[in-house]
Amino acid sequence: MHAIPKAKVQVDNLRTFYGAKEVHHGISFHIERNEIFAIIGPAQSGKTTLLRAINRTFEFTAGTRMTGTINVDGEDVKKVRDVYGLRRKIGMVAPLPVGLPLTIYDNVAFAPRSSGVTEKSFLDAHVEKCLRQAALWDEVKDRLDSLGTKLSGGQQQRLTIARALSHEPEILCLDEFSIAIDPVTTMRIEDVLKELKKEMTIILVTNLVQQARRLAARTMFLWNGDIIELDTNEVMFSEGTKDQRTRDYVNGIFG
Amino acid sequence: MFVETPFVRKKHRREILAKCVFGAMALAMVIPLVLIIGYLVFKAAPLLSWDFLTSNPTNGMRKGGIWSALLGTIYLVVISLCISAPIGVLAAVYLNEYARENWFTRIVNLAVVNLAGVPSIVHALFGLGAFVLFAGMGRSILAASLTLAIMTMPVIIASTREALASVPVSFREACWNVGASRWQTIKAVVLPNSISGILTGVILQVSRTAGETAPIMFTGAVFYRNIAEGNLFAYGIKDQCMALSMHLYTVTTQVTNAPDALPYAIAVVLLGTVLLVNATAIVFRVYLRSRKKW
Amino acid sequence: MPVIEIEKPLAPAPTPAAIVAPKARRSQRSGAAVFGEKCIEALIRLCGISAIIFVFAIFFFVFREGAPIVSKLDLGKFLFTTTWYPTSLGVPRYGVGALIVGTFSVTVLAMAIAVPFGLGAAIFVSEFCSKKTKEALKITIELLAAIPSVVWGFIGLTVMNVVIQKVFNVQVGLNVLNAALLLALMSVPIMVSIGEDALKAVPDSYREAGIALGCTRWQLIWRVLVPAAKNGLLAAVLLGVGRAVGETMAVLMATGHSVNIPHSIFDSVRTLTATIAAELGETAEGSDHYRVLFLIGILLFTITFIVNLTADLIVKGIRKK
Repeated sequence: MHAIPKAKVQVDNLRTFYGAKEVHHGISFHIERNEIFAIIGPAQSGKTTLLRAINRTFEFTAGTRMTGTINVDGEDVKKVRDVYGLRRKIGMVAPLPVGLPLTIYDNVAFAPRSSGVTEKSFLDAHVEKCLRQAALWDEVKDRLDSLGTKLSGGQQQRLTIARALSHEPEILCLDEFSIAIDPVTTMRIEDVLKELKKEMTIILVTNLVQQARRLAARTMFLWNGDIIELDTNEVMFSEGTKDQRTRDYVNGIFG
Repeated sequence: MFVETPFVRKKHRREILAKCVFGAMALAMVIPLVLIIGYLVFKAAPLLSWDFLTSNPTNGMRKGGIWSALLGTIYLVVISLCISAPIGVLAAVYLNEYARENWFTRIVNLAVVNLAGVPSIVHALFGLGAFVLFAGMGRSILAASLTLAIMTMPVIIASTREALASVPVSFREACWNVGASRWQTIKAVVLPNSISGILTGVILQVSRTAGETAPIMFTGAVFYRNIAEGNLFAYGIKDQCMALSMHLYTVTTQVTNAPDALPYAIAVVLLGTVLLVNATAIVFRVYLRSRKKW
Repeated sequence: MPVIEIEKPLAPAPTPAAIVAPKARRSQRSGAAVFGEKCIEALIRLCGISAIIFVFAIFFFVFREGAPIVSKLDLGKFLFTTTWYPTSLGVPRYGVGALIVGTFSVTVLAMAIAVPFGLGAAIFVSEFCSKKTKEALKITIELLAAIPSVVWGFIGLTVMNVVIQKVFNVQVGLNVLNAALLLALMSVPIMVSIGEDALKAVPDSYREAGIALGCTRWQLIWRVLVPAAKNGLLAAVLLGVGRAVGETMAVLMATGHSVNIPHSIFDSVRTLTATIAAELGETAEGSDHYRVLFLIGILLFTITFIVNLTADLIVKGIRKK
């Protein structure tokens, strides 16, 4: 067994392609354990593609290709033995809320059941724990039998987070999670993230620059597939940035 | 104040005229259908009875019932659908959920969709060439059922694919993101939510199989065969059989001096069966649409 | 771009022994479950492959049986002469020209009747109907489509035959007109269904723009919607044509049985499909006659395949939008 490296996620010289179009032009960076790592940047910069490359759902789209390496806990994601285990290690929350057409209970129990857990007592406790962590338990505890698709947008997004937590991930990826939900729910989820940071590493892709400022320790500014700048928040959100473009983006001069 | 000018009134009249014209065109299809079916039932009435369905044809098929033909049709439909439905549905699952998108799968998809439009006589030729002759099955229920199965399979594949594609991709992605395998995703989310479309497609093929004549004419259906009445297992798989559609054709074109009502009665039984099955499929589809989960 | 290492102290990396995946993540699927899944996936793959094989088998077999005769025949004579004497004891002659004209005449007349009515009904269902009438009409049209072709043939032989004789005062009611009427009624449902899809696909903004300009319904349909939907409507017509060309039993029973070029719609003809159906039973396997019938089958296959493929590509083009 190899030594566990310091970085949770290590990306080296990553290039991604949709057919002939190159999205990332050879980027390298690392993400520490137990930190909230924010990725900001204008649309079409490759932020979502980066997340999908890490959990290997990128390859489900036809015509995609990837060169370079992504190491999670020192292991290259391309060469990992159990890709399903990898995906369970990483929790993913997509921008648009998705409630599966199952009961709320089954939505959250889906992942543990897929990995073979069957004891009802464990599942009951686990579903409650995940829904509490996602700040949804109080609203649905009396109707765990109702369909997940019938919840409101904000509730479905929290349900997605509960689903992402249900397989006890070590890395939680959130891809512009607040796009389709109201500010109040967003604040609640942000509080949740601050708690979760103690247990896992969080990668936060966001188009809300202020959200990155509130939550993250380090932020990476990605634009057109290149890392313009990556630094601690103290530096990124001040006048002391190494690149003028970072300051311009943060201050809203372009978006 | 808005006052109706002659111009506006003329526009109004034109609109009503347009509605009537197009409505008449739609009605022009409905009315002949109703008239024709009514006429058929009227002419067939003297002969329709339970006995008609359960007794064999006698006297050179001029008297008696249609039991042997009815049983033959049932055999053909059941056997051919037992072959084509499972293979067709699973093949559609493969093409939609597993196969990688490349030039080969695109060709396959194109071939499948367009095979659905191949004339039935070409299926008859295929059945004759492949099953009766090449595979040496001879004219038999087996060869006829296989021919019918190959005829219905492309349509089942196409309709199943449509049903599977109606489940949004976002559901599948949500399942993959939590580490579920493809089959787990299909079993938990895709299949339960497309089963209604799949079943409707299969049921519609039941009625099509029951009504087809050309594919079975040269592969296993015969003019006349004597079997025991009332015995559900009277045919063997290597036998040739009678079939309702074939029976209608032979009585109409090759039996002289048949009582007037006989071919009408056969037509009514065949038509009634087909319409009943289709109506079931429609009711089923409407019912399931009302229980949509998202 | 250089990545900046941060100074803050990192949490100590966990020792290998201490790493145990949490219960909900660790895969505890039983061996049986994993094996079962692998079996089902293998079965799915098998069905996929066999379906692909069957699909190509149809092409293969029909061509296999018909191809050997091509070298013996003069294709020009085959396609363009009208002398069809396959069973002549001396020199059998295989000219399908009359049969092609038979198919053609029946199809063209059927479309001449069906297209106005079919598209008119599609327009009615799409633009003028209330929801309830729409459902009722669509169900009726679906049931119309379900009627088996042998029943249509029967109707042609009995009902239409008599009606044509009485209404038009002709001797023989089994002719081009009879078959064309039947084929029209058979192809209308598919034209209505695809035509309605095509009209539904025209964006509402077109309709709203038309109404804002003060169009009547009639003008809206004629000048805005039909031109916008013309691809889909064309596809609908093509699919109707495909259906008509490939139809066997109905034309077998309703066209009469004379192999000749019709001079009026009241003449009897024979189509390509009916010829195969009528003569295949009497041929010996492997004989020239047998192979020529397969060759006709290849011809039919090719025509319908091209027609359906064109229509399909047009429809796909619409759905993508």
